[in-house]
Amino acid sequence: MNSPVLGKDLLGLETLSAEQIRLILDTAGPLKEISERTIKKVPALRGMTIVNLFFEASTRTRISFEFAEKRLSADTVNVGAAGSSVSKGETLVDTARNLEAMRIDMVVIRHGASGAAKFLADRIESKVVNAGDGTHEHPTQGLLDLLTLRDRLGDLAGRRVCICGDVLHSRVARSNLWGLKKLGAEVAVCGPRSLLPNAIDEMGVKVFDRIEAAIEWAEALNILRLQLERMQGGYIPSLREYNRVFGVTRERLDRAPRDIIIMHPGPMNRGVEIDSDVADGPHSVILDQVTNGVAIRMAVLYLLAGGRPEGG
Amino acid sequence: MDSILLRGGRVVDPSQNLDAIGDVLVEGDAIAHAGSPLGEVRRDGGLMVIDCAGRIVAPGFIDVHCHLREPGREDVETIATGAMAAAAGGFTAVCAMPNTDPVTDNQAAVGFIVRQAQRAGSARVYPIGAVSLGQRGDSLAEFGEMVGAGAVGVSDDGKPVASAQLMRSALEYARTFNIPVADHCEEPTLAKGGAMNEGVVSARLGLKGIPSEAEEIMAIRDILLARRTGGHVHLCHMSTRGSVELIRWGKDRGIRVTAEVCPHHLSLTEDAVEGYDTNAKMNPPLRTADDVEALREAVRDGTIDLVATDHAPHHYDEKERAFSDAPNGIVGLETALAVVVTHLVVPGIIAWPLLVDRMSTTPARVFGLQGGTLRRGTVADITIFDPAVAWTVDPDTFLSKGRNSPYRGKALTGRATCTIVGGRVVYGDGRREMGDGR
Repeated sequence: MNSPVLGKDLLGLETLSAEQIRLILDTAGPLKEISERTIKKVPALRGMTIVNLFFEASTRTRISFEFAEKRLSADTVNVGAAGSSVSKGETLVDTARNLEAMRIDMVVIRHGASGAAKFLADRIESKVVNAGDGTHEHPTQGLLDLLTLRDRLGDLAGRRVCICGDVLHSRVARSNLWGLKKLGAEVAVCGPRSLLPNAIDEMGVKVFDRIEAAIEWAEALNILRLQLERMQGGYIPSLREYNRVFGVTRERLDRAPRDIIIMHPGPMNRGVEIDSDVADGPHSVILDQVTNGVAIRMAVLYLLAGGRPEGG
Repeated sequence: MDSILLRGGRVVDPSQNLDAIGDVLVEGDAIAHAGSPLGEVRRDGGLMVIDCAGRIVAPGFIDVHCHLREPGREDVETIATGAMAAAAGGFTAVCAMPNTDPVTDNQAAVGFIVRQAQRAGSARVYPIGAVSLGQRGDSLAEFGEMVGAGAVGVSDDGKPVASAQLMRSALEYARTFNIPVADHCEEPTLAKGGAMNEGVVSARLGLKGIPSEAEEIMAIRDILLARRTGGHVHLCHMSTRGSVELIRWGKDRGIRVTAEVCPHHLSLTEDAVEGYDTNAKMNPPLRTADDVEALREAVRDGTIDLVATDHAPHHYDEKERAFSDAPNGIVGLETALAVVVTHLVVPGIIAWPLLVDRMSTTPARVFGLQGGTLRRGTVADITIFDPAVAWTVDPDTFLSKGRNSPYRGKALTGRATCTIVGGRVVYGDGRREMGDGR
């Protein structure tokens, strides 16, 4: 049975409506409380089988999904690329079909190719949750960022959020961008032009070339991880210069006209895109993001399994 | 001697400025008459009469760019199945690109393709030899021996000739044999890892883009090298407005540059990639509506000389992958005519004589091939097609082994009904109704 709220799968935020996004956030709110209990478990997904299919290394996202599944009492299996039939050359679709033949209900997939989650969703009957596909989307990360912002700012309509860094290669950036825009926020990006999509001006966002200008404008910064291999790719000259020109530092924040909420999807490169005293500072909500991640994933799994939305 | 009388069709032959209802008479392997109605024809040998009323009778179409995969990938296409698919699409001759396995980079390999084509006995297949040994881009292949064995041009298609010096040498050396050097224009460092056109769609889908400039930089490099050397450069599968403008610039200066465009670049845009459809993945990629408009206009005004398919069959499993992991290319032989009719003739951009020119007369001239005309005494390579029939593309009925078509389920107009090669009917019987449900 497809979810009356979300349909069969959760593949990205670009294809969701504002209403659907709000329902997920509203559902996640009360689920947060479960993780605060001594006995962190409710029977919502009892008897359901979920496969976490992670073709790319992941710590935070995989563990967050696993906690979400276990706290909802689902039975879970983790499959990684290494040491499985994938390393023997089995195709993505064959892997999924074989899992499905064992009668499962949902697949959570992380894959290095953009569109991989949709590819799978089109070919199997099980529900598919995208846990990051290439440089396309990472919808649960986008949702947990929205929840974290909403906790601090309330309604996001008209709020000013800047996504900083390697937007070109970031699935987190895309999911944030769509999610924020749908909820009515003003969205900007800031980074070296070599790490922004060439067509960024056609994507309905503001572009800042200087981090100082972004800080002056924004109420919240979502600071993306700078992949260290971008230097070998010739996109930027050095991490040192990146920090000097684009790093979010205490000095720069001190010149801001207001307190700015600091977010980072992790893992952080301290001293590169974000300085330690910013990451650990009073306006950092980086660990709240992690906490909210479990609640958001519980909400998504619960709704996809056919659960009724909070207040719905 | 057997004869074929093609009775009462609209005879369109731009090589003779011919466009009138009339008859074509084939005697043996040659054309005996094309044009005015003949009245009663009696022959002592066999006479086959094909009723061509409502059909267009044209010099056979020639596709100067296809991949027949033999030797090496006979599981996805063979010279025989490719030649049959060509005939079914109205092509009487095709040029086979050399990116086979092993690469067609020597006279023995060229001779193999010639022999396999003769065995197949369908559309003619002309080999194109490699520019460089193994298509590695290091040293020239033996153009002279390959031409001696039947090659009609050279190309490293599938890859660009990355070295400007090697391209220069190839253009100079090819002059001895009067053959074109066909280049796949792609600046390799800009295009590296790219899966589709660079633009707002690639940004949204999170796919690495290939900018127009990757093609245009190589196009102008090749045009400038043709100017320097006096060689004939043929630019494969042009896909951007910028390339059209550069070719126009070259032609205005009398530089020996010719160019081709594929039916898919005349009819589809990058929007077809939405949903990560791997049958919309090819190289060069589908571009924007503005590029499509410029390419259509360039076919009309002759800046682009001819239409070629870049027919590239792939196995089902190879396309059944995530977009960035899937190979480039689509099949095109059996849809090319209909795509051009539907997207250029029906909207009034070109008329029938120009279609025949771009698919037959000019390809023959550019690659120095027989055919491309219905002149008396020339080889009887003839295409008969229904210009008005509407049909729905079902790749499962293709004679090609390839099913990788972005036109699946699309409604198109126009279809070959009979193909004659060297005076022999190799496809159709001239009067089968070829609508849906063939």
